[in-house]
Amino acid sequence: MSWGTWIDLNAGNDAMKWPYPIRYGQEDAVDVDVLVLGGGIAGCWAAISAAEQGAKVAILERGSILGSGAGTGCDHWQWAITDVPGVSLSAEDFTQALVDNHGGYNNGISRYIQARDGYETLLELEEMGGKVRDTEDTFKGAEFRDEQTKLLFAYDYENRIVMRVWGMTFKRALRSRLRRLGVDIHERVALTGLLTERRGEDATAVVGATGLNVRTGAFNVFTAKATVLCAARPQRIWTYSTELAGSCDLRMPGAMGGGYAAAWRAGTEFAMMEKSIPAGLSINPSAPHGSGHPSNTWYPCTIVDANGKEVPWVDRDGHTLETFEERCRPAPGQRFFIKGGGQSSLPHQGLRDYQGPRLTNVDTLVEKGEIELPLYADLPSLPAHERRAIFGLMVGQEAKTKHTYANYTHAGFDPDRDMLLSYQQLIGGGGYGTSAEGAKTVLGFPSIRNAHSGTTGGPVVDWNLRTNLEGLYAAGDGMLGGNDHSHAATTGRYAGRRAAWFARQATARSGSREQIEAEKRRVYSPLQRKDGVHWKELLAGINKTMQAYCGAVKSEGLLRMALEAGEDLKHVVDTELAAVNPHDLANALSVVDILTAGIDIIVPACLARRASSAFLHFSRAEYPAMDPPEWQKFVTIRQEGGVVKQGERPLNLGAPFEENYLAHRPAAPIGA
Amino acid sequence: MSEENVYLSPNPASAARPIAIDPEKCTGCNLCVNVCPADVFVPNPEAGRVPLVLFVDECWYCGPCVDECPHAGAIRLNYPVMWRVPWKRKETGQHYWVGMKNPPPPNDTPPA
Repeated sequence: MSWGTWIDLNAGNDAMKWPYPIRYGQEDAVDVDVLVLGGGIAGCWAAISAAEQGAKVAILERGSILGSGAGTGCDHWQWAITDVPGVSLSAEDFTQALVDNHGGYNNGISRYIQARDGYETLLELEEMGGKVRDTEDTFKGAEFRDEQTKLLFAYDYENRIVMRVWGMTFKRALRSRLRRLGVDIHERVALTGLLTERRGEDATAVVGATGLNVRTGAFNVFTAKATVLCAARPQRIWTYSTELAGSCDLRMPGAMGGGYAAAWRAGTEFAMMEKSIPAGLSINPSAPHGSGHPSNTWYPCTIVDANGKEVPWVDRDGHTLETFEERCRPAPGQRFFIKGGGQSSLPHQGLRDYQGPRLTNVDTLVEKGEIELPLYADLPSLPAHERRAIFGLMVGQEAKTKHTYANYTHAGFDPDRDMLLSYQQLIGGGGYGTSAEGAKTVLGFPSIRNAHSGTTGGPVVDWNLRTNLEGLYAAGDGMLGGNDHSHAATTGRYAGRRAAWFARQATARSGSREQIEAEKRRVYSPLQRKDGVHWKELLAGINKTMQAYCGAVKSEGLLRMALEAGEDLKHVVDTELAAVNPHDLANALSVVDILTAGIDIIVPACLARRASSAFLHFSRAEYPAMDPPEWQKFVTIRQEGGVVKQGERPLNLGAPFEENYLAHRPAAPIGA
Repeated sequence: MSEENVYLSPNPASAARPIAIDPEKCTGCNLCVNVCPADVFVPNPEAGRVPLVLFVDECWYCGPCVDECPHAGAIRLNYPVMWRVPWKRKETGQHYWVGMKNPPPPNDTPPA
């Protein structure tokens, strides 16, 4: 007998009772104007902006508002363009550059909203209590500081398209604002499905959602005039291991893409779900941020080899940069360079026009015998402000690395004297390294991929950030092009407002009893079995299926095998999946959602694109030609009655951006 | 070494013990329990006592449990052995490791 069965038989002896009241099947009903799914950055902003428009708002969050989504902190506020002091670029030009840098496979609508509203959003955050300026003059005189406004910038100091901020203040400020506005916060409630209503022949409206309380097992029924999907991108699709502690991933374990699965089941249209990249290496907490490396959080740190020899930096053309200052400037003749999370479809470096300075490829230098491993981040050699910005501000204000900071300094690490080991030679792929092969070497299996790093596939939205379903809006990682913190914030703020406006003229709704009952049967079915397949076993089976049949190289035959294997896995769900308590049940349902994301969304999306694409890291064995002109478009998919419907959209989604943005703005602001 | 109190127990779910709570400082207020996004804790069945870190394998060291704790030093993240990162002191070339024998004194500079 299993350990679980033994515990069950001996309950009342030494086994500990579940600490929360068990309320399986009991319903809690909530009716609001606007329902927000997910309490991360986009969700908080959507709820705040909808409530500020006078809407009655509820927010559903599987974990806790403070800790979920991006977590408690933020190091960069990126790609705010309009009205930023000293920025001469236009939001239009910058958005076009970002879209082009991904070969057109980007969400121009949300990128433009980020560029245009990003600074306004940041100032609003400052009013709520977020710290965005160097008011203590810690960095007075630094090259990256605007002396007048005390704003700090990162990467390209001439063009100032990314800011350095005190992100540990942000989530607390948002939570306080939510509470002050009276938003109805439902923590510990995992989304299970969307409630829908037919609207005529081929239209569906979303009228709410259902959730499971992960502590009590109670069933929540939310009805709403408008719903904003702010849930995480799917992850754990190709790999998951709890033995490699900390999930070895850049996304929190509780964020598993349940929103995507729910949206799919309701008929939402998705694009770019065929895109996935080789999974990056996680070597330590929040790697690569917790080790010395020269990209992202640690940009532009000097890296030295075992003998103290500097690894050279190069510009976009491979020309060696002689001075430290050049790492923060565009190359001669270059207008600006793009850095930040989702800068290009890394490891694809994007267009030459927008490539910034980078470390020389470490693999090549090691092979030539020019540098000797290991490598170190030479913080002591940096100008004092740069050193403090990297190890004091960036590492200190990003959520997870704040604790890495405490861990290292408590152990005696002193950035003025010490050089942290760099795993640069191992990091590779995953968007951060200059050693694209590194990740493959370490992981040993190129088919271990992820679909959630920087500028990802997701629900298609229009200029109201509405999906194809009436009443369903999406923001942040809940839509096509999911990316970074400020993207989530600005689009959440925008979508919340639009949802509130829609709710004002929408009629009251209610989910049908039949739908609710069917969802309850689905949700609670794993509780009928105690000794069946546990969620970890099912997830390992899904991962293996995706590695084997939907890995680095795809083909019609392999993908069809994935669908067949998927049917088998669904049979396991129907007959063997078991759970013993509400926490276990919520995890089991999440794994069912991962199955939906992998087999029902990603595999059909891969089948639908009958061409290879460099920008999408998409390789079809039978179509080796990369990015043929006739396939330079979004391929979209949605399901209706269990049948996958394909469609397409042109690239350059949303262009011309400013014109469309203004055309979709109401003529006069609608008061609360 | 006691010959009593030897029980049957499965192997741990994870190669880590991610959360360390000091029972002397913890008041059992459960703020950590209620802020954890992954719900890895459960409250102690005895009110006012140290919470249990039950789902250790789901912890990813995000740290709101530490941030929210009102009692200094009552809770800390305990990074596993595999994450003991080294650094080199530039002037001497000596390597140091998190968790090493005879560690250097702590650096008490707070983040910026």
